Amino acid sequence: VQNPPSPLLSLWPGGTRMVVSARSFADFTPQASFPIKKCDLHRLEEGPSDEALLTREQGLQYYRTMQTVRRMELKADQLYKQKIIRGFCHLYDGQEACAMGIEAGINPTDHLITAYRAHGYTFTRGVAVREILAELTGRRGGVAKGKGGSMHMYAKNFYGGNGIVGAQVPLGAGVALACQYQGNNQVCVTLYGDGAANQGQIFESFNMAALWKLPCIFICENNKFGMGTSVERSSASTDYYKRGDYIPGLKVDGMDVLCVREAIRFAADYCRAGKGPIVMELETYRYHGHSMSDPGVSYRTREEIQEVRTKNDPISMLKERMLSNNMSSVEELKEIDLEIRKVIEDAAQYAISDPEPSLDELCNHIYARDPPMEVRGTNPWVKLKSVS
Amino acid sequence: MASLRSFLQCNFDILRKTFVILFVNVRDALNQAMDEELERDERVFLLGEEVAQYDGAYKVSRGLWKKYGDKRIIDTPITEMGFAGIAVGAAFAGLRPICEFMTWNFSMQAIDQVINSAAKTYYMSAGFQTVPIVFRGPNGSSAGVAAQHSQCFAAWYGHCPGLKVVSPWNSEDARGLLKAAIRDDNPVVFLENEMMYGVPFELSEEMMHKDFVIPIGKAKVERQGTHITLVSHSRCVGFCLDAAAVLAKEGVECEVVNLRTIRPLDVDTIEASVMKTGNLVTVEGGWPQYGVGAEICARIMEGPAFNYLDAPAVRVTGVDIPMPYAKILEDHSVPQIKDIIFSVKKVLNM
Repeated sequence: VQNPPSPLLSLWPGGTRMVVSARSFADFTPQASFPIKKCDLHRLEEGPSDEALLTREQGLQYYRTMQTVRRMELKADQLYKQKIIRGFCHLYDGQEACAMGIEAGINPTDHLITAYRAHGYTFTRGVAVREILAELTGRRGGVAKGKGGSMHMYAKNFYGGNGIVGAQVPLGAGVALACQYQGNNQVCVTLYGDGAANQGQIFESFNMAALWKLPCIFICENNKFGMGTSVERSSASTDYYKRGDYIPGLKVDGMDVLCVREAIRFAADYCRAGKGPIVMELETYRYHGHSMSDPGVSYRTREEIQEVRTKNDPISMLKERMLSNNMSSVEELKEIDLEIRKVIEDAAQYAISDPEPSLDELCNHIYARDPPMEVRGTNPWVKLKSVS
Repeated sequence: MASLRSFLQCNFDILRKTFVILFVNVRDALNQAMDEELERDERVFLLGEEVAQYDGAYKVSRGLWKKYGDKRIIDTPITEMGFAGIAVGAAFAGLRPICEFMTWNFSMQAIDQVINSAAKTYYMSAGFQTVPIVFRGPNGSSAGVAAQHSQCFAAWYGHCPGLKVVSPWNSEDARGLLKAAIRDDNPVVFLENEMMYGVPFELSEEMMHKDFVIPIGKAKVERQGTHITLVSHSRCVGFCLDAAAVLAKEGVECEVVNLRTIRPLDVDTIEASVMKTGNLVTVEGGWPQYGVGAEICARIMEGPAFNYLDAPAVRVTGVDIPMPYAKILEDHSVPQIKDIIFSVKKVLNM
């Protein structure tokens, strides 16, 4: 049984299991080269390669990851409609190639920060599905012990999950500053949406990142809508990859995981060479509305959504590539789907049955590394305890 | 006479170094504190407008850029929201930034980063992500800088859980609290006062030690008294002591409590004092409505000290108006010593 090197796969229970199919491994093509869409360039002489090499292992890994994110988000949709998840829930289905492509092109020691549509990145950055779903259902087994919710999940080298539109961009530039300061050759991937792209603080971040040559990859995930407002209605310039002005930029097909991977590799090399920041625009699409409270069809047509699903779905595209190049089989991929289904079901079960946080937890984690202190309750007679 | 004076002046430096007590003004105390902490921990760095090559808008960071260079003392463009966010991000990733706001008025441009990105993160992440950052700068009224440059933010930041908010008065406070703030693993809002920067205070040898820290969250009784408690922070502490000196001549002994920290508030020290004196006047430079004094009075009402009050607790505050420019108007917009004396006498029914 082959064990691909990706750290993602160490999450799977019992390690990676290979499918027993009618054909032996020798029958599958070990790797193939695929032509990918050329990136539009801004202030760059050359861009990423227009060809991507995909090994069978990588293909299966990307497929597995993207399908997991897809299924996880659909499960979250289900749980939300059952009122088991409450509050804000911004789903990522349709955009999986962005998260997967980025993770494939950077190292686990690199850093990443995004906004509130964060469940996909929480997974690719190493958090188990059950901890994500349990955080959505507000249970003590959630990655933030139920205290953060959908928009506030954190992991090593993953700084959330941020609720205030655009605020994560200066934060990401700051993480990049720390990388430069510490001389560790790491980069920070700093994501924001087309809606956030007009935020003043993003331009402030561009300025300082360029001035100080911070190793920051600014990425605009352009899914064409900031909540209910199309890009044409929000932005005087929709060339988001050019909005960095003096900062070089690339426009990338965000539905093609290989395109995203090659682009981020290019961008990371650029930053690591000390050339300063770079801006990427990933053209992508979300199937759900802005959040679970938005049906998502008042500002776009069902036909448009359906067209993307049939012609441009990131998972289907990868599947087709692999099948048509004999890198996998329908049975093998189906087997993976079944495994994923089980993981999601188990995770959902956990998320529903895990108890809510204890009330003793209410006031904890106000201050770090401090002695226990008293916190005022809702009235003067209620004195609650807070520990770090 | 002239020769005696110049003799004394030449030898003052020698005398200063020989004696164990030094006179250090608040600016130098802050400067030395930062210098020592920069030396002690290479993760500490300072960023803000004019902090490096200009030596600081108010010269608080004088000499630091020359000593530590571009990497650790960083001049930023005039983009508060951006550089405050960058500072918080750097704190996320393992550094210990000191983020200077030229005055706290400009922090309003960045307040989302202070509250939502810094203060709340440790809680939202259930203890996973610490934010060891200090935001510092001059707060409150200055002299003739008018409405947009004179606001006190103690109440605004003191309102928010997850922040520590500190307001030093003298050089000992400035030195000990800034060192404590930089060493603290939590986001600290450090409210200085521009008019105190040039004021010298005695610092003992113990206070000059490089590990001298003052615990955050602990008030100090600056003057013992028996008839009434005056609770204050920052520059007004000095006014309270001046008022106490005047009142002492009339036989009224004021106990003056220097809060030092706005959040967490040291209610125990205030309560103990009120239970001893039976009367309370709070004194602050900020506006009255929903202010620091309002909080103190509410806490006294809700706690054991209420039963010891001989009269209602009252607040002496800035006037509830935007700060005017003309000197006569400005002087009457902030609490003066006579206002404190007047309020004390009213409370004591004199």
